[in-house]
Amino acid sequence: MASRNPFLPYIATVKEVIEETPTIKTFRVVIDDPAEREAFRFEPGQVAQLSVFGVGEATFVINSPPTRTEYLQFSVMRVGEVTTKLHELQPGDKIGVRGPLGNWFPYEDMKGKDILFIGGGIGMAPLRTLLLFMLDNRSDYGHITLLYGARSPQDLCYKEELKEWEKREDLELVLTVDREFPDWEGRVGLVPNVLKELAPSPEGKVAITCGPPIMIRFTLQALAELGFGDDQIVTTLERRMKCGVGLCGRCNIGPRYVCKDGPVFTLRQLKELPPEL
Amino acid sequence: MVKFLKREDIPGLLGRLSERFRVYVPVKRAEVVLWRPWREGVEPALEHQGTEPPKAVLFPRSETLLRFGYEGKEVEVEETIEAPPTVIFGSRPCDARGFLIYDQVFLDEGNPDPYYRARREATTIVTVLCLDPERTCFCSTVGGGPLDEEGSDLVLLPLEGGYLAKALTPKGEALLEDGAFVEASKGQLSEAERLRERAKMEPLLKLDGIPERFNESFTSDLWERVSQKCISCGACTFLCPTCYCFNITDERTPEGAERLRNWDACMFYHYTLEASGHNPRPTKAERYRNRIGHKFSYYPSLYEGAFACCGCGRCIKSCPVSLDIREVLRELVSYGK
Repeated sequence: MASRNPFLPYIATVKEVIEETPTIKTFRVVIDDPAEREAFRFEPGQVAQLSVFGVGEATFVINSPPTRTEYLQFSVMRVGEVTTKLHELQPGDKIGVRGPLGNWFPYEDMKGKDILFIGGGIGMAPLRTLLLFMLDNRSDYGHITLLYGARSPQDLCYKEELKEWEKREDLELVLTVDREFPDWEGRVGLVPNVLKELAPSPEGKVAITCGPPIMIRFTLQALAELGFGDDQIVTTLERRMKCGVGLCGRCNIGPRYVCKDGPVFTLRQLKELPPEL
Repeated sequence: MVKFLKREDIPGLLGRLSERFRVYVPVKRAEVVLWRPWREGVEPALEHQGTEPPKAVLFPRSETLLRFGYEGKEVEVEETIEAPPTVIFGSRPCDARGFLIYDQVFLDEGNPDPYYRARREATTIVTVLCLDPERTCFCSTVGGGPLDEEGSDLVLLPLEGGYLAKALTPKGEALLEDGAFVEASKGQLSEAERLRERAKMEPLLKLDGIPERFNESFTSDLWERVSQKCISCGACTFLCPTCYCFNITDERTPEGAERLRNWDACMFYHYTLEASGHNPRPTKAERYRNRIGHKFSYYPSLYEGAFACCGCGRCIKSCPVSLDIREVLRELVSYGK
């Protein structure tokens, strides 16, 4: 049988829309065709192209884990043309899903290790996938810490889940915002600074980070200062993407395409590529 | 199989071919030679390299990938793969090599592009060999040559009064069955041999180690310097037989909407501009570096050392500010030495 046209999206239906922050909405979608739905298998960290038919496509991480198959979840920050139209979608509306695309978090290699998630803003989305996947396979992993920051309390995503995670014994949650806010009980400070205050030992640990470029830059510096090796640091990148299958050219870093060879890279892998982030 | 094609028999041949194929030929329009569908009375410009390569025949400037129809909330998605039998008549060896470079990318077994593949399979490439290369030609430097037959189905060697035609594939053999192709005389065959000897072209320079030199030069000021006069017009990319960057956009139509693939160019600021405002290649130095890097380092690292350049020289000939890729390559091979 000929392989599926890589440009052909699955038709899906928006089941639920959750307002996360003033600029971020989460969409829970279900592929319409039962056979296609069944065949859609993905790994934590893989991405998909979402279509608003007649407007265009944009790339988002699937932020529900493969261990939870009721729906596929995507979180979308309203920034450009497609994301603005995505924000207008209501439950019952049609949406295109093209994927899964790219690689995924090396969760097999992380088994038996302590896990340190470091997220900023919308960068929490890919971390959520892996975090839930690990919580669903809890005994495979050691101590799990999540350090998550945003500009303000209202800019934190997944607020309902954060409340649940706070209560869990098997997850250490550290939340931070950039400056003081009334009634804020978490930490105050930029993510890389809070990371330095926490000063986690790199011993037996893997750090997984995602966030705005500036946060990633200083987080990588902080991790290096704390003694984390390049193999112990995993990140997932964003780039402008169109085809999603390594053809259209724009998401390359040297010979690697973020859409196809990424989006997940260890710091060691990134250092082998030309410095063009 | 080798035959002779008289120059005056070409219109008749093209007429018969166009009953079975879409036939594209290079056509002179004012000062430029562009690829156009052949029709009665059109005289193909077979004497010199065309201003543009025939790449749009297999990789159109704009093509519909999908068509969307709406019915209330329901959406219908239709694939629009169209590939009528086609003949490219009068490409150059560099142009045919350009398609071989595309094949690596678009026919990748793990993820083939069904649109390109369908057209590629339905297309026969007839190439005119080059006895008289242009001053800007450097095909022999990048693995090709004026008599390079690779990638063509049928090659035509210009002779007195016509062409010596040689089929290289079953598709080429099929074309040779047309009555316009006649037995070649002994004199024509020996004349062809003599011309072939004369047409050999020495490489301008050796590109050994160029992928490594590129990587070493990555953060140097070389890129800012060589790209200084570039005006980011994209002519080099649009006329390049090996450039294939594209964009995908949706457009509304009276019936619904279409998803289109259009040529794009890595020399444009907007190509990599993200919605957030971040741009990983914000200046022309980074963009020019990416273009050279793709052709002489990244692509070779993915495809067994082959360059994504066929040496056609169109980027040199058509650059409004005379940026010469050969000069950049010269500088690059001696980088650090």
